Amino acid sequence: MSKTILTVDDSRTMRELLRSALEPAGFTVLQAEDGLHGLEVLGASEPDAIITDINMPRMNGLEFIEAVRLDAAKRAIPIIVLTTESDTAKKDRARRAGATGWIVKPFDPARLIAAINRVVA
Amino acid sequence: MSALDEIRVVFFQECDDQLQELEDGLTAMEGGETDDDTVNRVFRAVHSIKGGAGAFDLHKLVKFAHTFETVLDEVRSHRLAADGTVMPVMLRSADHLRDLVAAGRDGGDGDQERSKELIVELEALIGGPKGGHSAADDDDEGDGGLSLADFEFTPIAMDWGAMGLGTGLGGGLGEDAAASEGEEDGPAIRISFRPRKDLYAKANEAAVLLREVAALGKATVRCDISDVPLLDAIDPEGAYLAFEVELDGENATEAKVREIFEFAEWDCDLEIKARGGSVPDFGAIGGDDAGGLSVADLLARLQGEIATEAPSESTDSAEGSPLPSLKPAPETSEPAKAEGKDDKDDKGKAGSKGEAEAPAVVIRVELHRVDKLIDLVGELVTTQTMLAQKVEEAGLPTGSEVVSSIEELDRLTRTLQDSVMAVRAQPVKSVFQRMPRLVRETASATGKKVNFVTHGENTEVDKTVVERLSDPLTHMIRNAIDHGLEKPDDRVAKGKPAEGTVTLSAAHRSGRIIIEISDDGGGINRPKVKQIAIDKGLIPADAVLSDEETDQLVMLPGFSTATTVSAISGRGVGMDVVKSSIEALGGRLSISSRPGLGSAFTMSLPLTLAVLEGMIVRVEEETLVIPLSTIVFTFRPQPGDVQYVGQGRTVHVRDQIVPLIDVGVALGYRKDPVDPLTSVAVLVDCDNNRRVALLVDDIRGQRQVVIKSLEKNYRPVHGISAATISGEGRVALIVDVEAIAGDRTLDNFIFGIDNVAAE
Repeated sequence: MSKTILTVDDSRTMRELLRSALEPAGFTVLQAEDGLHGLEVLGASEPDAIITDINMPRMNGLEFIEAVRLDAAKRAIPIIVLTTESDTAKKDRARRAGATGWIVKPFDPARLIAAINRVVA
Repeated sequence: MSALDEIRVVFFQECDDQLQELEDGLTAMEGGETDDDTVNRVFRAVHSIKGGAGAFDLHKLVKFAHTFETVLDEVRSHRLAADGTVMPVMLRSADHLRDLVAAGRDGGDGDQERSKELIVELEALIGGPKGGHSAADDDDEGDGGLSLADFEFTPIAMDWGAMGLGTGLGGGLGEDAAASEGEEDGPAIRISFRPRKDLYAKANEAAVLLREVAALGKATVRCDISDVPLLDAIDPEGAYLAFEVELDGENATEAKVREIFEFAEWDCDLEIKARGGSVPDFGAIGGDDAGGLSVADLLARLQGEIATEAPSESTDSAEGSPLPSLKPAPETSEPAKAEGKDDKDDKGKAGSKGEAEAPAVVIRVELHRVDKLIDLVGELVTTQTMLAQKVEEAGLPTGSEVVSSIEELDRLTRTLQDSVMAVRAQPVKSVFQRMPRLVRETASATGKKVNFVTHGENTEVDKTVVERLSDPLTHMIRNAIDHGLEKPDDRVAKGKPAEGTVTLSAAHRSGRIIIEISDDGGGINRPKVKQIAIDKGLIPADAVLSDEETDQLVMLPGFSTATTVSAISGRGVGMDVVKSSIEALGGRLSISSRPGLGSAFTMSLPLTLAVLEGMIVRVEEETLVIPLSTIVFTFRPQPGDVQYVGQGRTVHVRDQIVPLIDVGVALGYRKDPVDPLTSVAVLVDCDNNRRVALLVDDIRGQRQVVIKSLEKNYRPVHGISAATISGEGRVALIVDVEAIAGDRTLDNFIFGIDNVAAE
């Protein structure tokens, strides 16, 4: 049974890059274009992990993470923040919002997979 | 094309959208809309471009975008006001970013000197470079400091302690086992790991982490349950277990262990001690301030914890026994290793697209392949036409099988042709998008204020047309600002807003694309224009011209020269060159102007350069094609309708007197004008509602013809726009109506014939 990963990013480039890294590694990939869309997809699926961008229209990644962590049914899903903003303050904000981990763009596919394996039971 | 190449295409498409967003957003900000949404939109655009560029190793682009983004972040955080100092730099940066993206698309780096200049300017806005080190200086530093993994995991093996927190917070998911190899040649590592409850609240899982650690070698895990309270005191969200791990094995390096705990160290007390090594303490980093989220029901987590605990408990007394239940899970990490950058294969793709959204599939095709296809379809149309003609000549009954099959073939061929043409169609957007920048540059160089408006940028037209629009548009927009718009003070004095409006619009109209550039400036200064034309000897001093005719003067060759072209408008190019470049595309340019209210320059262009609906006519022994789009109607001149005016003739048709032009004479097929009464006249529309009647010997019919460039195959011929292969397989020339009519109009000026086009 392959693991399912929900990717949330407003950039189609990034969504496709994630897909091209995840699918060959045997993951099923779901996609959402922003936090709000992510919550919609989440309502109809049970991903094993979420990878989300921070800066997105409508609902940003931090709000999205907080929303997931407040949802009793979904809060146990690991969330990896995907961001170019590599400084500590930004990561700290993601951490406070409830992010499980982070990966810095641009990412190396192998590192991405390693990061996911570190959070997916 | 590899998967990465495909995504690269997606990236550059997305860049176009983001650049437009950026431009729109900045324009809105410039107009005073500095609300959070707008600023965020702008920020996101740059951010996305940077993010994608990083994935495709466009380091120079990333570096520039990074600095730009940093400044935008200051604006976004209200630490920097988007004022008259900041906005021009932003706009220039956006322009440059567009250049860099374009360069990246073509595999280049773009103008790096310009990047440096702008980086310095950008950094100056936020009080100098961050950390006192300008990004402009680090030449080939690569990612613009993004790929922290590249240096934060730099192997200074024994120095973990000294590097302290920074190392751990590196952010990159360093795989750099090499980092500490040599130093960590097989010695045991001792890990002390005490999760705090926040660790579970963030969906981290102690068991998973321990499993990963165990995968590195031979692990001995002890669970410390001394903190577990009595049942009634247990907080379901609490974290009570601590773990001690002893790890042995070749892969058991401190770096690898640290990597595993990279996420967890936010929320745990962690000590990793290589035997005999130093002991950096990461425990302090975590902080304990995530309380806001601890409303949680974490039973599920707790259950997991208890499950983990069970075997551990049993081995607790028997210190040092392995952890049998926590086996490494190689099946999840194996594919990861196999996943190289470019080796994505079908196996992976076949995986599970499942519910994932299906993006519009775009393929990149070399243009010459499409052109080859269009050419072949063109030949097919010609052959089909010939065949149809033969069948018709054979006089088969209309209901016969051959005739109806030929009709079906005709329909299919044309549909095929339309479909192939559609492949080359592109929105004019790509050209329109370049114009705001030009407007800004021109406005700032001329001291004018310009509100630039575009409409219909999704209107599609043949790629070649799109590409060749750039120069004429550039010139006309410069003109509109430089010559059309008045200076702000003058405008205010006239009761107009200080800011002038220049509008660029595109629309489809009866099989052509109409592109209009209009301004609300002063309109063409007719007395001045006329004077210039007289001074340059283009018209006689006593010429009497209608307003429309006067406006046309600006398009006469030799009208626009150094004295009228400023540094801005000119590259020494006059409107005559613009006009002829549009005509070379089979287009027409017309001008309308209202004094004090502004001018409009309208281009009418064919949607495709490959086919043309034409009327086949005969002149002497030649077969000619007159573009159907120009024809109003055909008629046989009646006695009394034709008048001789000077050396020219006019014909009276539908209450108009229009110039009568013998095509045979105009193209040099005969010396003496033919008798109009024995010929057929074709009334054609020219620019500015002018009409002329073209005299031909005979009309043969109407047909779609495939255009073959004369310039490519022979050389430009005045009065002929292109050639085609007729149904009989002969070469037929396509008449350049505008050129022939234009000659005539010019003659009229020279000979002082007025009122020829009176309505």
